[in-house]
Amino acid sequence: MTATDMGQDPDIFYVADEHDHPEGASTMLGFWIYIMSDTLIFAMLFASFAVLGRNYAGGPRPEDVFELGLLALNTAMLLFSSITYGFAMLAMQEDRQTPTLGWLAVTALFGMAFVGIELHEFSGMIAEGAGPERSAFLSSFFTLVGTHGLHVTIGILWMITLMAQVARKGLIAANRRRLMCLSMFWHFLDVIWIGVFTVVYLLGMVGWT
Amino acid sequence: MDVESSHAADPHHEDFAPHGTLKGYLTGFVLSVILTAIPFLLVMTHAAGPATTAVLILAMALIQIVVHMVYFLHLNTRTEGGWTFLATIFTIVLVVIAISGSIWVMYNLDINMMPMPGNEIGQG
Repeated sequence: MTATDMGQDPDIFYVADEHDHPEGASTMLGFWIYIMSDTLIFAMLFASFAVLGRNYAGGPRPEDVFELGLLALNTAMLLFSSITYGFAMLAMQEDRQTPTLGWLAVTALFGMAFVGIELHEFSGMIAEGAGPERSAFLSSFFTLVGTHGLHVTIGILWMITLMAQVARKGLIAANRRRLMCLSMFWHFLDVIWIGVFTVVYLLGMVGWT
Repeated sequence: MDVESSHAADPHHEDFAPHGTLKGYLTGFVLSVILTAIPFLLVMTHAAGPATTAVLILAMALIQIVVHMVYFLHLNTRTEGGWTFLATIFTIVLVVIAISGSIWVMYNLDINMMPMPGNEIGQG
């Protein structure tokens, strides 16, 4: 039986009545798959820290280099930025452009405070001779925490870009979709940070392997 | 082809991700603050022994991750016809295998290693 017998154009080899996909319909699922693959990158970094994190090579131990006060401040910054991004999304759902931009700006500032405190911590550690080259513990520490910090930095750049887009074009469908993707990315980074402050800092300070 | 009707006939093409609510975000935030504060206090005050503290703070981290997934990332079994949930379950399986497998294998490697002179320094 040929295509002609079926009363169709013989040159058409695809399903002619394939339904139309509205623009961006698969973006959210696709971005979620990206988030999941990024989770796997962090899983590998957590695994290497779990294996190497107690090899001090006679160098500084967690209690010598970590400051819990600074860590608490940093954790608070990221947690506040999560709720303020949530407020930005709520304002977006109500089509209120100025509050959306305002909450995004507050979120970006909290993110910058987080990155600033982290850089301060890193530079202090490196100045004390506790840089990534000192021991396997510090190599895996800087790789894991640095990768997270890099993600936050990129998230801030993305946020500023989207604020410019929203300011120029308003809360159009494409911009809403982008803001939702950044929302997933931002909250995902907070989830990773829960793992970081628990496994790297707090468990390190407890000293129980 | 009539785009309107084909879209309407397709229930799984819903309007992007589920929308959060103010109540949901605030609930998630309050739970997160509590679940963050307790581990910090436990470690700062040395209220419990090292092993108990470690188990408690790991348990609270896992609960907090679930709280963030539900209240901030709006993870549920319905979005995108359940595909985000399925992808998440698959990822969790891979994460558990990668991390627990690495720890298990390297722990066995460590205890089966011959003690060597200068091991303390050489371990870096």
